[in-house]
Amino acid sequence: MSEMNGNGNGNNRLRCVGGVLGGIGLPTLIIGGFWVFTVIAGHFVGISMSTLVSDTIKRAGMNGILVLAMVPAIQSGTGPNFALPIGIVCGLLGLVTAIELNLMGMAWFLTSCAIAIPLAAIVGYGYGKLMNAVKGSEMTIATYTGFSIVALMCLAWLMIPFKNPKMGWFIGTGLRETIQLDAVGGAQILNNFLMFTIGEVIIPTGLLLTFAFFSFLVWLFFRSKRGIAISAGGINPKFARATGLDIDGNRVFANVISTVLGAIGIIVYSQSYGYAQLYTAPLMMAFPAVAAVLIGGATASRAKVSHVIIGVVLFQGLLTTALPVANEVFAGTDLSEIMRMIIQNGIILYALTQVKRGVQ
Amino acid sequence: MESLHNRSKGAGEWILENIVTLIFIAFTLFGFMVSSGVSVGYFFSELSSRIFRNSFLVLSLIIPVLAGLGLNFGIVIGAMSGQVAISIARYFEMGGISGLLFCFLVAALVAALCGYFTGKLYNKTRGQEMIASLIVGFFANGIYQFLFLFVVGVVIAVPATHPMIKPDGIGIRMTVDLVPVKQGGLKYALENIYQIPFVHALLIIALGLLALLLIRYYWNKRKGYGYRNSMSSLIVNGTLCLALAGVAVHAMVTKSQLMMVRKVPVVTGLLIIGLCVFTVLIMKTKLGQDFRSVGQSQHTAEVSGINVDRTRIIATMISTVLAAWGQIIYLQNMGTLNTYNAHTQIGMFSVAALLVGGASTSKASITHAIFGTILFNAMFIMSPEIGQSLFGQAILGEYFRTFMVYGVIGVALGLHVWNTNKKSRITVE
Repeated sequence: MSEMNGNGNGNNRLRCVGGVLGGIGLPTLIIGGFWVFTVIAGHFVGISMSTLVSDTIKRAGMNGILVLAMVPAIQSGTGPNFALPIGIVCGLLGLVTAIELNLMGMAWFLTSCAIAIPLAAIVGYGYGKLMNAVKGSEMTIATYTGFSIVALMCLAWLMIPFKNPKMGWFIGTGLRETIQLDAVGGAQILNNFLMFTIGEVIIPTGLLLTFAFFSFLVWLFFRSKRGIAISAGGINPKFARATGLDIDGNRVFANVISTVLGAIGIIVYSQSYGYAQLYTAPLMMAFPAVAAVLIGGATASRAKVSHVIIGVVLFQGLLTTALPVANEVFAGTDLSEIMRMIIQNGIILYALTQVKRGVQ
Repeated sequence: MESLHNRSKGAGEWILENIVTLIFIAFTLFGFMVSSGVSVGYFFSELSSRIFRNSFLVLSLIIPVLAGLGLNFGIVIGAMSGQVAISIARYFEMGGISGLLFCFLVAALVAALCGYFTGKLYNKTRGQEMIASLIVGFFANGIYQFLFLFVVGVVIAVPATHPMIKPDGIGIRMTVDLVPVKQGGLKYALENIYQIPFVHALLIIALGLLALLLIRYYWNKRKGYGYRNSMSSLIVNGTLCLALAGVAVHAMVTKSQLMMVRKVPVVTGLLIIGLCVFTVLIMKTKLGQDFRSVGQSQHTAEVSGINVDRTRIIATMISTVLAAWGQIIYLQNMGTLNTYNAHTQIGMFSVAALLVGGASTSKASITHAIFGTILFNAMFIMSPEIGQSLFGQAILGEYFRTFMVYGVIGVALGLHVWNTNKKSRITVE
């Protein structure tokens, strides 16, 4: 019946209203409930709660901007940005270039961003154009575009003529698979900024501030004229076109923002992790980010900054808690990784079943 | 003047439609030119064993395409079902032909059940089946790991001393050796039934194709379908078959390097041919016609009284079961079960192979599948060699190979959607 719903963008609107009335969505409730359950289980098997809370905050902060990158893409109507790896490799390229320039500490971090942002903007522009050419199948093509770029960058990492010994192989050319950021004074540089502890809980102030700053920017952007135009185009393209909005241009613009956020996101992620992971590491990074925003209550066609914050805390919180609990209860099996696969992909599938949009 | 214009546009369109195939042919030929290290014997040995291993899986993708479901990345679920069957057979130490038949039976049951649910899911994610099939593969992988790493051992008690169970008694090992068929296992269970030299197989296939061409030509003529015949294509195809047969005879007479190529398994070949025949025949039945009409337009099919949902579910089930069997054929040839890795790439590689053969989201045929398998695997063998000879690093070729797989899928899908959108825009305007 998808043909009949081919112009059923009104449906999105209906569901949107339903979502507001329904308050918290079903996926959010289930995952939230599950998280509470694992936390209680963790308490009984004697896992330190303060470590759990610290880890949850840290991981939510480090993944936050990557998840935030989903919002512009979803709002513009291209669906979740499954091509997030494109932004990620731009960020990584900025990061290694800054290392090659022999920069240290904060200078390294800022230069990484300064190189990555224009790069991501250019690539994101091309990606947005591509998404306009393949309307109706954006998600599939975005996934494979992302995969292709990651595979192509594998060649680039191997052939790039960078000479800095901090990131090269001991023999031969090319960059290492994981680059230690300790060597450039970049590991946890944001996390350690104004870091303090409440009891035993560590609060990585700099990291949280960065996440909050970008969240605020995105929130503000969607209250600007351009942002509202993007949302309008996502909700009802035909209506928006009739009112004289440049839908295609807005979609490109939204994807540029999304790609740039992806690039910044991976730099923030890497500094918190302490390592930059090259080669095939970014391949699957889009899926946890998509899952997180969906868990927060977004759909494949509507997303808000609040969904990002709720989603990333719930999803990362659950993953952080499940690992030690599963290890404690069932020693020897990697149940938490299995659980991540099932929840992450289950939630994406659930969101896909809610898409009632034929080929436009 | 106008016809000339049309023709030149036709050539351009033809190139655009077959761009992926052309790139691959060029790449493989380029590989032969630059790399000196590949002997003819090694290349054809590798190629023929890869073709016999993978064709069945690639062929299993055709029916969903015809039924309008697009490229079914969900065949990984079929592959997992096949691995479940193989694991059961291995656990109870079944082997030989009977063990293999048991595997086929169990795999069919498991895959049919999984295919049913996958089909249901595709009906709920209409218009986004391809991304759904990709994600459902990842999802099923989670469940598969849960079964193999946790349920086996924790829920189902198994002896830790069994060679396929991990030493701590929970879960199945990363790699499970499928004992050779001579010692009562599954390895080469199909291969060892009957094998013939490569050149003989080449000769038989060439002559068989030639006979098929001629029979079809005369059949069409006698039944009054003469318009279906095209003399030029008959001549071209016939000449190709004769040339192939000539190469085979030449190799036999001169005892060239082709005689050194590994023997080919007859039964696997027959199964592949059987699947080709099945695919052709099923499209001539009522069900096959339903597949086609649903693939053309779900709305029209619904109005003319076809149960669209059911037809799509059946197409998915058939594809999943065939993929399960394909994975069994694949694994008995490999001889070891990489429990957690063997299935993960199957979907993408098979889809890429089909696309390389010239298929798209809405059209696929046996020719696409077989031609694509040959070309794709030729590229697969050549790319590390190219990396080695051009840059001195085989790993470069391997990364390039991965890039080609993803790139091919992306380009083929992108071009197809772009073309469809362009056409629909023209109709609307």
